Amino acid sequence: MKIGVLGLQGDFLEHMKMLELIIDKRDITLVKQPSDIPGLDGLIIPGGESTAIGNLMIKRGIDREIIDRSLPIFGTCAGAIILAKDIIGSDQFSLNLMDIQVERNGYGRQRESFETDLEIPLPSPDGRKKLKKFRGVFIRAPIIKSTGEGVEILSALDSDPVLVRQKNLLASTFHPELTDDPDIHRFFLEKVV
Amino acid sequence: MEGEHMPEKGTDKVKRGLAQMLKGGVIMDVVNAEQAKIAEDAGAVAVMALERVPADIRAAGGVARMADPKKIEEIMDAVTIPVMAKVRIGHFVEAQILEAMGVDYIDESEVLTPADEHNHIDKKKFKVPFVCGARSLGEALRRIGEGAAMIRTKGEAGSGDVVEAVRHVRSVMGSIKKLVNMPEEELMTEAKNMGAPYDLVKETAKLGRLPVVNFAAGGIATPADASLMMQLGSDGIFVGSGIFKSENPAERAKAIVEATTHFDDPAILAQISKGIGKAMKGIDVKTLKEEELLQTRGV
Repeated sequence: MKIGVLGLQGDFLEHMKMLELIIDKRDITLVKQPSDIPGLDGLIIPGGESTAIGNLMIKRGIDREIIDRSLPIFGTCAGAIILAKDIIGSDQFSLNLMDIQVERNGYGRQRESFETDLEIPLPSPDGRKKLKKFRGVFIRAPIIKSTGEGVEILSALDSDPVLVRQKNLLASTFHPELTDDPDIHRFFLEKVV
Repeated sequence: MEGEHMPEKGTDKVKRGLAQMLKGGVIMDVVNAEQAKIAEDAGAVAVMALERVPADIRAAGGVARMADPKKIEEIMDAVTIPVMAKVRIGHFVEAQILEAMGVDYIDESEVLTPADEHNHIDKKKFKVPFVCGARSLGEALRRIGEGAAMIRTKGEAGSGDVVEAVRHVRSVMGSIKKLVNMPEEELMTEAKNMGAPYDLVKETAKLGRLPVVNFAAGGIATPADASLMMQLGSDGIFVGSGIFKSENPAERAKAIVEATTHFDDPAILAQISKGIGKAMKGIDVKTLKEEELLQTRGV
């Protein structure tokens, strides 16, 4: 299985380190050009600034290459914004793939950034429970305001979805790559790709 | 709601985390809403809101202070990317004001006239993260010890001359390499010699890099300069006067953004460096007098 991490801007190295805990280093590709995409089985779009990443995607035509191949994609924070069909009050670039409506900086400015415990639908470490605790790190995070049919809400915080899935697309408004727990990355590789 | 589910704000994780999101990007100095829009449209990951760019601060002389809050607010309203602003070294009240306004990152900066010649701000008291300048590893670790969540190598602001930026990033990277290869029993003496907290020296030796994100600053004026700093190991770039003191700011800003992403691809660098107008004139740093240097403030 070959997995790419979009490396135009943001915390792509953190995602690569997470993947290295699960799969062989040689199967992880840093994606900076359209020619890096053929042969990939899945792609991660990292956290970063969605406007900057979007700009850089269009410039080299990476967006077309991704859309044409209907790749399985995991987007975190900025990555989730780039997947969204609807970004409230903005005409910025998105891949327009996932049926979610997002509000950028939904919790406010950096001083409102926070971390908290979430529950995600993966077995607990002792295997007894169907939910496990996962540290959610939210940095100038977007809020998913609504989801279309076919979008499964895997985890929510105060009724706002924070981890969602639509077929071969997975999006989180928080940053699993900033924790030591690779379980959401493993879920992407095993269940979504 | 149980206690453990309560959101925690202003933790090291979220402060350092925002800097991690800026990596591989360019932070641009802007003095008004119009420039902030140009920077955002060009792909900047953040803007630094200022009253004057460093080249103009240098030319104007006098005391340089925190920008007028009205000016900063105007810039905050104009863009969706993070907005940073500068305070004088040691001026914790300027920092309190910026935090109250909701500025996303505070730069405790040598570009402004220092308010305290002995002490920096106790940055751990704040929920908003700080970035600080450094010329060496010891200086960087002292600032991190005070609570800085991000470091920028200082260079010489407003000069347009990259030589000091190169010197400082090489110094930091070289010292880290030395630490990594040092037997553990030598780390305490090394910490003493560089005037840095022992625990941070140990952590840096173990990580093989600074414990926080490290951008380059001070004299970057061309796409090639940006790539040079990235190839030397910086995590991203600050461009101060280099953009809005050039002939064609919008084109130069876009080219520097692309050069920071594709820093390891000379063919792309050649293509994007074409036809972007004249760079800022700049000052050869060797012609500056000792007292005109900004980098020696607050070490």
